[in-house]
Amino acid sequence: MHKCTGTATLESEFPFKHGPPPKVKAMVVRRETLRLMTEGEFHPQPCLQENSVTDAEEPVQAHPRQSPLHDVHAAAGASFTDFAGWLMPVRYSSDLAEHHAVRTSAGIFDISHMAEIVVEGPDAAAFLDFALAGKLSAVAVDQAKYSLLLDTAGGIIDDLVVYRTAAESFFVVANAGNRVPVAEALAYRASGFDVSVIDKSDDVSLIAVQGPRSRQIVAETAGISEIELDALKYYWSSNGTFDGLPLMVGRTGYTGEDGFELYIQSDAAAALWAALTIAGEPFGLVPAGLASRDTLRLEAGMPLYGHELGLDIMPVQAGLGRVVNLKKDGDFVGRQASEEGARDGARVLVGLVSEGKRAGRAGYAVVDGDFEVGSITSGALSPTLGYPIAMAYVDPGVSEPGTALAIDVRGSRVAASVVALPFYKREV
Amino acid sequence: MAELNDLKYTTEHEWILIEGDIATVGITAYAAEKLGDIVFVELPKVGSTLAEGTVVGEIESTKSVGELFAPVNGTVVEANEAVSTSPELVNSDPFGEGWLVKVQFTELPELLDLAAYTALTGE
Repeated sequence: MHKCTGTATLESEFPFKHGPPPKVKAMVVRRETLRLMTEGEFHPQPCLQENSVTDAEEPVQAHPRQSPLHDVHAAAGASFTDFAGWLMPVRYSSDLAEHHAVRTSAGIFDISHMAEIVVEGPDAAAFLDFALAGKLSAVAVDQAKYSLLLDTAGGIIDDLVVYRTAAESFFVVANAGNRVPVAEALAYRASGFDVSVIDKSDDVSLIAVQGPRSRQIVAETAGISEIELDALKYYWSSNGTFDGLPLMVGRTGYTGEDGFELYIQSDAAAALWAALTIAGEPFGLVPAGLASRDTLRLEAGMPLYGHELGLDIMPVQAGLGRVVNLKKDGDFVGRQASEEGARDGARVLVGLVSEGKRAGRAGYAVVDGDFEVGSITSGALSPTLGYPIAMAYVDPGVSEPGTALAIDVRGSRVAASVVALPFYKREV
Repeated sequence: MAELNDLKYTTEHEWILIEGDIATVGITAYAAEKLGDIVFVELPKVGSTLAEGTVVGEIESTKSVGELFAPVNGTVVEANEAVSTSPELVNSDPFGEGWLVKVQFTELPELLDLAAYTALTGE
């Protein structure tokens, strides 16, 4: 079915529709380097944990990459952390204050470490239907979809947001730590399709503005034009310009609040950040780091790769069965394993809440009486709710909301109850 | 707030103010900054005996768990209840209101002075 007639063309065009293509050098995933690899041979880099319990005192790598906005963050007094090989702001002053700002007004995040891969060509939609778990051919132009890249065993190589930027062009956003395995898997799977897979990560910066005031802030930012914010629905995008340069704005995010993600060529990122910051000042916009991003997404029940998602996890275990479209036509990578489902007794993702202030952390055991029945993947004292919350994989028999369990917090038992996710849902 | 030059320090990022046979112990601004916003502090009970170098308490931030090591052998004579109810004091005033415990000691181990501690943190 998939004969090797693909054309992985060299491209250097900026991925967005409007404005002149800037002169940027695209990194191209070269097919020839992938010929020796088979589907089972991908070795995703270990996903670095976003500010885990242990990394606060760990030395950074010798040469972590810096965001195009690094100097802006340093001038704003940011503390940095090494995340997935990138030196990124962990907080500017107080991660709690940054968290609360996003819940009550707005925060601005630099997430330029995320990877962006363009898939385009006559077969782009059919190719993504084969390569990903979702039915991307059913996504409208300017619409976005949360999807998963599975391996043949049905495990998760990465979770993705995919924007359809044109009938034959898609913009795939991957986690920074999975840039290489995602780009390689897509390029490998492109065999037999008339598509090109182009890694644009080095050229594209990503700024997120999140919070209840984010719409007003983006609307009032000088230099942004042609973006139709009022008509922009959740998980849709709009193309326009910033200072005459192509800008794509998605109404997407990772905080549980209304918000926008702005894709801009990297050499204009600092100017866009400055313009957003100026527009946001009257609305209480603050720069926010990865520490608050992690507690925000945890409260919103959103999974983080390397914690809730991984190669050893099937989507159905993570509550993401709906993301795997078994009804779509044709084969896709991971279909057979997904149809067979997770093995009997496979642990499932749940929420846990407890009293007091001591939070369960990633790796802590979940116990039922004398028996270990699960393991925590993320946990924190919820800044919004005021009590400890955690996500954990537990045995299916103890996964019903209301089940009373306990967390082993460094040798002492803390009572916990299973709850439905998310922990926090904004009032609409 | 004590003068930083008057304090002694440990490699575990604690500071110690010595007044007679009482050592007041806290964590340094450097440690508080590295931990982030502190949301929970567990301190040893008054009257408990501390053995130098052992873990005697916990300092949790939103993101991290830090351990409090006993910098000296001795007996806890006072624990700062204010930081138990307002852990953010450790961030806002680590060398002052954010102190953690007072320990009655018999002899002092070798401790760092400010210059040696600053060399350790590089800040």
